[in-house]
Amino acid sequence: MANTLNGKTAITGIGETKYSRGTDKSSIGLMLEASIKAIHDAGLKPNQVDGIIPYCLGPVGEEVMTGLGLTDVRFSAQTPMGGASPVAALQCAAAVIAAGVCNHVLVVLGRRGYSDARVTTRLAAMPQFRQIAEFENPVGAFAPAQLYAPMIRRHMELYGTNPDQFAEVAVAMRNHAMLNDNAIMKSPLTVEDHHNSRMISDPYRLFDCCLESDGGTAVIVSSSEYAKDTRAPVTILGVGEGHPDSPSTITQRPDMLELGLSKAAPRVFEMAGVKHKDIDVAEIYDCFTGMVIAEIEDLGFCEKGEGGPFVEGGRIRLGGELPVNTHGGLLSQAHIAGMNHVYELVRQLRHEGGAAQVPNAQIGLVTGYGDLGDGSLAIMQRAS
Amino acid sequence: MSEYLKPLPEPSIDSQPFWDGLKEGRLLLQTCSDCGTVRHYPRPMCEKCQSMECHWTEATGRGQLYTWTETHHPFHFGFKGELPYILATVELDEGVRIQTQLLGGAKVGDLRVGTPIEVVLDRATDEWVLPYVRLVK
Ligand SMILES: [Zn+2]
Repeated sequence: MANTLNGKTAITGIGETKYSRGTDKSSIGLMLEASIKAIHDAGLKPNQVDGIIPYCLGPVGEEVMTGLGLTDVRFSAQTPMGGASPVAALQCAAAVIAAGVCNHVLVVLGRRGYSDARVTTRLAAMPQFRQIAEFENPVGAFAPAQLYAPMIRRHMELYGTNPDQFAEVAVAMRNHAMLNDNAIMKSPLTVEDHHNSRMISDPYRLFDCCLESDGGTAVIVSSSEYAKDTRAPVTILGVGEGHPDSPSTITQRPDMLELGLSKAAPRVFEMAGVKHKDIDVAEIYDCFTGMVIAEIEDLGFCEKGEGGPFVEGGRIRLGGELPVNTHGGLLSQAHIAGMNHVYELVRQLRHEGGAAQVPNAQIGLVTGYGDLGDGSLAIMQRAS
Repeated sequence: MSEYLKPLPEPSIDSQPFWDGLKEGRLLLQTCSDCGTVRHYPRPMCEKCQSMECHWTEATGRGQLYTWTETHHPFHFGFKGELPYILATVELDEGVRIQTQLLGGAKVGDLRVGTPIEVVLDRATDEWVLPYVRLVK
């Protein structure tokens, strides 16, 4: 069973809008703009898209079909896992293509994360957060920063992880964003800037927290038979999702520091048939600096507790051993819930990364993280 | 009494006894009637033996600090006057955890994983009593 989805599909098209803080476009407008770019990039006509997976919040599949004029959609679904959704959607797309249900699945996300409801308001309305709303909101716990900060505080207490290591993640992402024409945060950031930024929820300061952004991103997942004749296909070698035990709250998780990604990672690496040393570039869901450290551990690049030292010394910067978030991530490019990470991995493996290109990148990975611990992972390869 | 500006719980069928217990001054935890496993937050089924039979047992109100955060940003207008405040995740002696505010003027720098904690109940409104925690003196 391990190799079921190995090599069966490829990403054939990618599209993104301008990312911004403030937009005069609607969420569905951003989705359609990104979608049509991805469809054309894949060399397709809109009506060849026969499957759609829109993000779990915002405009639904019917609106996408109506907007693009799709008349032959055979599969539509959502993968409601917050920031783990986009990469989990790749698994869903690969599965339905491998099963012969569809040929081309559109995975799309468009949001007004800055211009419309901000994160605390959005979360309170999400069914996944029902228990948080009942038990934790009344005593003052609302936002992801407050819910995730205790996780990394425990990591600090148990393993000695420290704010210099958080700052290294923030600075690395910023340096990468400064090389990206479609990044929001373009001014230099230093470790001192990080340490002097205002405290949000201890230990997380302002520059530990992701942006809130407006924008849209889309990719087309196609069958490998179709993909081999396209301009620049990127093959999905392995893909999967994983859920922590007791996934509806962080507080009740048997080990708060064990994310769903720790279950997905061994399966996906096995499916892909690659080793950690084969990974040339990693796009890691970075809602907070500390999550990058925790995910690097759960991916298996180091032992639990060693993620802090791992990110030191420029290892995750361009030119380092494992360049991470070559687009600037959620921290400094834009918060498009990780669809921008999928886009960036494809861009890198096509060797279209511009100033942020990892030289001769052949294999890379992209993670998703969301809804308090759900994880997803895809490993992809440049088509030879 | 001035207007209460913080959100209040919206109990479910499964959690109502927990909130009713607090009103009577008791911290009740849901307990499996078949295998004895204590679970929180309240839910219909025991995850260990899948029994749907449960009863409610009174907790000791004692536990240990599992982790914490001190919130400085005003995420909700109802809490603006209390900033900064510490949110503690506490592992109760019964094996389940609660997350709530740590009262009593504790300093973040003094906190450690395992610091002894006790639950204190505080009346929020005529209708609602909420659980908080403080350091054991
Ligand atoms: Zn039981």
